[in-house]
Order: sequence, then C-alpha cells, then structure tokens
Amino acid sequence: MPARTSWIPYALIAPSVAFLGALFLVPLVQTIWLSFATADGLTLANYERMTGDLNFSLAVRNTFLLTLVVVPIQVALALAMATMVSKLEKGRDLALWILTIPLGISDLAAGLAWLALLQNTGYLNSALYALGLISGPVGWLSQETPWSLFAAIVLAEIWRATAIVLVILIAGLQLIPKEFAEAAEIFGAKPWTRFRKITLPLLKPSLQSALILRTVLAFEVFAVVYALGGRNFPVLAGEAYTWQNENQNYGVAAAYAVLIMGISLAATAVYLRVLKTRPEQLP
Amino acid sequence: MTRQVTFRIIALAATLLAGSSAAQAQETIFYSTQLRPIEEASKVRDVLLKGIPGKVTYVVDEPSPFAVRLKAETQAGKRTISVVGALHGELQPHVPGDLQPIDDVVAKVANRGIPASLMDLGKLGTAQQQYIPWMQATYVMVANKQALPFLPAGADVNTLTYAQLQQWAKNIVDRTGQRRLGFPAGPTGLMPRFFQGYFYPSFTGGVVSTFKSADAEAGWNAMKELWAVSSPNSTNYNFMQEPLLAGEVWIAWDHIARVKEALTLQPDQFVAFPAPAGPKGRGYMPVIAGLAIPKDAPDRAGAVAVIEHMTKPETQLLTATEVGFFPVVKADLPPNLAPGIKLLAGAVAATQGAKDALVSLLPVGLGAKGGEFNKVYSDTFQRIVLRNEPVKTVLADQANVLATLMKDTGAPCWAPDKPSQGPCPVN
Repeated sequence: MPARTSWIPYALIAPSVAFLGALFLVPLVQTIWLSFATADGLTLANYERMTGDLNFSLAVRNTFLLTLVVVPIQVALALAMATMVSKLEKGRDLALWILTIPLGISDLAAGLAWLALLQNTGYLNSALYALGLISGPVGWLSQETPWSLFAAIVLAEIWRATAIVLVILIAGLQLIPKEFAEAAEIFGAKPWTRFRKITLPLLKPSLQSALILRTVLAFEVFAVVYALGGRNFPVLAGEAYTWQNENQNYGVAAAYAVLIMGISLAATAVYLRVLKTRPEQLP
Repeated sequence: MTRQVTFRIIALAATLLAGSSAAQAQETIFYSTQLRPIEEASKVRDVLLKGIPGKVTYVVDEPSPFAVRLKAETQAGKRTISVVGALHGELQPHVPGDLQPIDDVVAKVANRGIPASLMDLGKLGTAQQQYIPWMQATYVMVANKQALPFLPAGADVNTLTYAQLQQWAKNIVDRTGQRRLGFPAGPTGLMPRFFQGYFYPSFTGGVVSTFKSADAEAGWNAMKELWAVSSPNSTNYNFMQEPLLAGEVWIAWDHIARVKEALTLQPDQFVAFPAPAGPKGRGYMPVIAGLAIPKDAPDRAGAVAVIEHMTKPETQLLTATEVGFFPVVKADLPPNLAPGIKLLAGAVAATQGAKDALVSLLPVGLGAKGGEFNKVYSDTFQRIVLRNEPVKTVLADQANVLATLMKDTGAPCWAPDKPSQGPCPVN
C-alpha cells in the first residue's frame, strides 16, 4: 500500500516544479548568460561597464542605506504592532484587517499615492500652506533635496511593506503556548523580561522568514523609488531598468540583475546562519 | 455526464481557437510606438485607418517592449506583425535583422511628394529603403501668459536667445521667488534630445565633432546658469504639459506631442514659440516617424496598403487635425485646425522659417547604440550640471566614450556636423 502512494506527492508537486523551472530557472540561466555574453564571447565587459558607470556606486550606496534603515524599523514596528494586536480581546480581526490594507496595494500605486501627498502641489504642501507654515510650494522630492527625498521613500516603504512582516509575526506569536508566559509571570518575570526571554527567542523562526522576505524585497526596491524620485535616487533595480529600457543595453541590465540576485542570496545565507534555530528551541 | 461536458468544452475551445486563427489570417497587424494614448489610438482606429481595404488591427506599445517583441519574433521565426510605425531612432536598431527593404513601396508612394531628403533618412544609412516617412513633429517652447510680463526688455519670444531665456527665468525668480523654467529631464523625458538637437548645435554648430570644444565648454557654463533658474523638479518631469497645466512651470521646452494637451485644453492660457538661439544659430531637430515592414510579414500586401493609405495627402492632413502630428508630404494645413494645434503649427512654422535656423538631422548608423548615444549626453548633463563636476574633465571623459561609440558603430557625421570619411570624429 505505501508503495502505491509514494509517487502521489511527486505527481502533485510536479506542475509547480515544472512551472517554476520553465518560468524561473530558464530565465535565470538566460540572464546569467546574457550578463557575460558580449561580441567577443564570454567576458566581464558588462560588469566592467556596470561598475564604471557614474550611477553605480550611488545605486549600491542608496540600496544598502535604504535596506539598513527600512528593514529594522519595519521589524520593530511590526513586532510592536503584533504584540499589541495579539493582546486585543475584541475587534482583533478588524484591527488586523485595517493594518494589512497596504498589502493589497501594488507598490507602484503606493508610490503614486505618496507622490500625490508629497509633490509640489500635493496635500502636504497644501496643508502646510493652509496652516501658514510655508509661503509657497516647497519641493520635497527634487534632486536638490536628497534627504527629504530619502525620508519620503523610507516613509512610503514603511507604510507599504510593514504589514507583510506583521502578518508573519502574528502567525508566529500564535504558535507560542501561553503557558510559558504564565509560568514566567508566576516566577515574577516582568513584561519586558517575558518578551525578551520567551517571546523573542520562540519567535525566531518567524523573524527569520520575515527578515529574509523583507530584505530580499528591499534590495529589489524599485517602483516606490521610481514613482517618488525618478532617477534622482538611483537604486540597483532602477539602474537595471534604465539600462534595459533607456540605454537598450540588455547585457549591462542583466549584470545588474545578477548583482541584485547575488546580494539577496548572500543576505539570505547570513540570516539562515545567524538566526539558526535548533529543533529543541521551537515552541 | 462529466465526459460529455468535457467534450463540449474541448469542442468549444477548438472552435474558438480555429476562429481566432482564421481571423488572424485576414487581419493586418499595425504595431506602433506612436499615437499610444487611448484617445489618439482610437482616432487612428476610427478615423485615420477608415477606408482601407481589409481589416487592420492597430496595436500600440512602449518603445522598449516594441524593440523586444520585434527581436523576439525574429528569433522565434514566427512573425505576427505586418507593418510597424515608430520613430526613426526606434527603427534603427532593427536594421538589417528585423526589417525588410521596401524599395518597391517607394515607387508606389512616389506621387505623394515626400521630400527626397526625408525619404533618404528612411534608408537608415543603408543602400535600401527601410521605412517610409509617416509623420513629423519637432520640439517647441511653451509659456504661460503669466510669464510674458517678465520678458527682458527688447526680447521677442519668436527670436529669443539662450541669454534672454536665462534673463527671463531669472526675472521671474527675482520677482516671484519661484523657479518657473522647466525641462523634461525625468526618467522618460526627452532631455537628451535637447542637448543633441538644440543646445549643442546652437552653442557649437555641431553635435559630435564639437563635443568637447571651447564653444561646448562655454555652452555648459551657460547651461549651469540656466539650470540655476530652472525648476528643481525638472529631473522629475517627463511630459511638460503636466507641470504647465498645474501652473508649476511657466516656461518649458518639449516635444509638441508632450505639450499638446496643455495647448488644446487651455489655448488662451499659453503661447508656443521656437526654441532659443545660441551663438551659432537656432538649433532645432525634426522628429520623423516612419512605417516599415518586418521580415516575413504575414500580410505584406496589407502592410503596403496601410503605408499607401497613411501617406495619402488627405490622411496626412487628417493626422494633423486629429492627433497633431504634421505631414511629411507637401500639403497645406487646413484653416479649421483646433486652436491648440494652431498654436503648435505656428511655432513649428516659426522655427523652420527662422533666419538663423540650424537644423540638426537625426543620427543615422548608430544601430542598437542609440540609447547609449543618448546616455553620453545625459551623463554629461548629470555630472556637469547636477553634480557640479569640472566642465573640462567631464567633457574629456565623455568625449572618450562618445569616440568609442562612433568607432564601434562606424557612424559618419550628420548635419550640422561636417560630413566625415568614416566614423564621425570627436575633436
């Protein structure tokens, strides 16, 4: 009997494996190939073009800066929100539903929404003007105001993508048995100690998933940056897009894509190592 | 029971598939990067393509997917498109790989009166005709009437110089505190064309050969001054009609198709006029869109019919009145033009008729490197104007990039650069 069922899981998983193979692995190999292929055979010319470009170091710096600022804030916020939501007795679903609204919005739409708020003739300037704080439109997103542009992008990214971390952490919190916290309370542990010694360690697997997901996505950040800052704030994915669409040099665009993939893989490997959870530590 | 249903679904799907492939055999697919907005595309479908024998399906796409699709169809060996409409520079990368020579069509449209110089551009630097000119446009300046009181004394918008433009924008800054001159320097804005067709010819009398000349240096210094009185949001603008309509910008330079909406919506609020002149003349650049036939087009006869129809003088005039692109054939524009289009037509005529007009032709022979040619000018602009790097160093650096590009493609000089033997030199 077991022999007969053993092929069933494979058959069931085959379509998705074939799907990913055809639409993910094949293009991946093609992209890597494209990044090395030049008129003189396989060379590093595209990578040299990429690193020699005037926006390259800026794009690397901006992408890392954005990731380093956005991801920790999002995790901290999501942790706080998740703890609060899980304490709610009534209206928990409603609160969760409202907090996750941004998840349903595409990142470009989110970028455009923030653009409507922050552009010269946007709601922020209108409000400040009505309050008498400014005398005319103030530019927040121009190339001459890099810090307010950066702040705007950080704000939009936090607004847009904190919810995904929240959802993962809430799922993780629900897995933690209440008995641990109750036992600790009996022994006199204060809320902060309980959070640090019980919740956080037991949440590690969920934190790991959330961090991997958010960091990989943060390295790929594009639409929000593009909507708010155009090319005033170069990021890696944006440069890949520019090389593909404006400069029509598919080789350099592929080199950028491979670089982003390399960085994402490295970040994932780091998280897997640093946040490794032994089976006995699982709730 | 279930089996019957399944059979029925299969039968239905088969009929649908058969039906659609039969329909495909009859229709001519006209694939275009031009006239993309929905209103313009419907005009093409409902007005401009009327009266053509056979069924023509007008499909539009952005330039980048357009290039990818043409190449992909060639690689796959399966062509679905019969005729393409795109800009000169967008068709260039597809020669000789994806387009077929159409010398026979030249004979068919010989009586249309397309000027020989325009027709020659359609050879894209080869010996054979690659596209037939379809429609033309150019770039103009548009100003909000609120800006006119700030014009420097003695300046006339129709004979403006770059120095006067700078003074004009400076007057506005001095008296209103706002930088109201705008350029389309955003990610999809046409700023590189400003440098290639306007700034460089006006200041240096060339585009490539004079790239790092002393005139160019002086020009870039003037550009820095111009930028200091331009809206800091210029690097976010792609279509100047938007900041013009919002009142954020009072004076702007852009492609006529990208300011048209401002002029047609509020013809009383705006004026249109030629781009300014520099020390070497009033540089300007025409924009030519052409019609071409891809290799192995499934319906070549239908494609030729589309080209014949679109180049008819009456269709050309209809194109001008309906979508604001100007004829490539000899045809007088009708007096019943919409007020906004009339403003544009006036500015175009004033540009072409200016005494100091200096036409900058479209680059030929750059092949797939057109995007990187643009990049040389945008990078130079970024480094000199936005990042304030020393003019001389940047020009020397970028001149090397440009020289390599010219050598790699072997592109000879085009006007206003003096003709060259071999690749256009960067002096």
